[in-house]
Amino acid sequence: MDMLWHVWDAIASHRDIIIIQTINGIVTGMILALVASGLTLIFGIMDVVNFAHGELFMLGAYVGVVVLATSGSFWLALVLSTLIVGLIGAALQITTLRPLLGRDPLTTILATFGISLVLQNYALWQFGPVPRKIEEPITGQFALFYLQYPWYRLLIAALSAAIIGGLYLFLKYGTYGIWIRATTQDRVMAQAMGIPVPWVHTAVFAIGAGMAAASGVLFGPLVGINHAMGLDWVLKAFIVVVVGGMGNLGGSIAAAILVSLLEAYAVIVISEINLGGQPLSPALAIIVPFIVLIVTLLFRPTGLFVPTPK
Amino acid sequence: MSKRSNTPYWVAFWIVIAALIVAPLVLPEFWRRFLTEILIWGLLAMSSDILIGYTGMVSFGHSAFFGLGLYGAAAALLTVKPPNLWLAILYGLAGSAAAALFVAYFATRLRDIYFAISTLIFSQIFYVIIFTLTEFTGGENGLNFSRPQLGIPGIYTVPFTSETLHWFVLAVVTASYLILRRITQSPFGMVLQSIRENEARTRAIGYTVERYKIVAVMLSGLFAGLSGVLYAIQNRFAAPDFVYFVISGDAVIFNVMGGIGTLVGPIFGAAFFLLLREVFSRFFTEFYLIPVGIIFILMVIFLPQGLLGFAKRWLNR
Repeated sequence: MDMLWHVWDAIASHRDIIIIQTINGIVTGMILALVASGLTLIFGIMDVVNFAHGELFMLGAYVGVVVLATSGSFWLALVLSTLIVGLIGAALQITTLRPLLGRDPLTTILATFGISLVLQNYALWQFGPVPRKIEEPITGQFALFYLQYPWYRLLIAALSAAIIGGLYLFLKYGTYGIWIRATTQDRVMAQAMGIPVPWVHTAVFAIGAGMAAASGVLFGPLVGINHAMGLDWVLKAFIVVVVGGMGNLGGSIAAAILVSLLEAYAVIVISEINLGGQPLSPALAIIVPFIVLIVTLLFRPTGLFVPTPK
Repeated sequence: MSKRSNTPYWVAFWIVIAALIVAPLVLPEFWRRFLTEILIWGLLAMSSDILIGYTGMVSFGHSAFFGLGLYGAAAALLTVKPPNLWLAILYGLAGSAAAALFVAYFATRLRDIYFAISTLIFSQIFYVIIFTLTEFTGGENGLNFSRPQLGIPGIYTVPFTSETLHWFVLAVVTASYLILRRITQSPFGMVLQSIRENEARTRAIGYTVERYKIVAVMLSGLFAGLSGVLYAIQNRFAAPDFVYFVISGDAVIFNVMGGIGTLVGPIFGAAFFLLLREVFSRFFTEFYLIPVGIIFILMVIFLPQGLLGFAKRWLNR
């Protein structure tokens, strides 16, 4: 009982920071969910592990930078970047992934890995190594305990949720959404029913690419945009997708929020720990997603949100 | 396998070895170093071929093994005075074995693409650790150390020149090749190949597939660590960049370009890649990965067997 009181005391005395970090965790979790749901969609439907997903995220952010610089409108940048990167995704799928249809899924990792190399170096060549910045569309803030919290962050979370919700409704009720689900369930039968399966694959890849681009633009104002930012995101998205159960859309969204929340709380815990008078760096919190992954692999290798098969 | 004679294979083998022994005597300094580097990267590629080509597990995490070998060697060369070559190898192998055991234990629970992704994620853990443990690893700045002497301390030693270094690397890589070739032809290697062909059936026959996979990852990790040690000796420098994902990606590219499941193919692939890099960086400077990446994608689509894939049966005889 005494122990519990100590824990309660610790929580109560850190109430403010815990609430702040909860909001932070949900915001990054929603962005991550947006990236990961594109990845999951592509995997679930075409058995393709899209290694270039992080690069599409990065490319989306850069296209956003360019459109914003020429038009001055953030929202136009968001829409155009989604469309342009979606088209690039369709072109990539037609040229590199379509010829690999029916081969070992491992070859698609190799091909998309090649794409990621090319895109990353192309971005470095075009935009140089200096990080770029996207200006926030709304600069308002509200008082959250001792912080001035930007409204924009809440807007990101809401927009990500809206995009994911839109995707869900599209998959559930839209005609083409039903085509996509039919293709997931049985590729051959879908083809027999007259669904143009190769084009469904192209469209799915384009949708996934567009979602990655949208999250890139949305996240742009929070960090500097550089050519190498893709790997961090694709790694986190992979972790989320494995933890949530591969190909399981709801699972990866839940896992994205779980992982981000744990990482946000870890920052609080780590900054409280003192080893011999030397405080640990809160940057160590980036190890948390890895630990979540290891624990998941140990106890539920098929993912947290999937019934254990057989 | 067949009872046909292996003579042509061994004749070719010795011709190549002889050419590689003579090479440093005739090549200018730049190309001599280049050739040594090909052999070192080739050893890394060959080690991952055990997984990719023979067991059917694509590893995107070989940078962890390579990097731990590198840092292990660095630890030995920095702490023991005077620097000792054999201790460097021992430390490097111990480091990579520890990393390999860790990765093998967790990642082999997953199959196919899941395995590939989790090896990548695990190798990044080592990167983060090495990057943040600034006190021991020097963090982003890395570590500088001096080269050990070649030979047995106290009995006979020669300093490493670029020729003796080349011969030493050649000896290590050749020995590794012969060992790995022998392993792939052993009953153990046959089980690995049967896992690649049909994992469910291999399990049904009664082999403990998980245990074989763990041993395969450890074996592969040890040889990758050895290449890390050789790299340490050649460059006298360790940096977190060598634990980073890019190295793992390179190892996969070498394999695909050269031809998986052949052991020599990956070395050939490393040579091909490094030559492409050399040529293209003259025109594209540091953006050489744009054309090389396109060539890689084209090879994945149109030449999935790699450059030496046509000789697969002959090389494995």
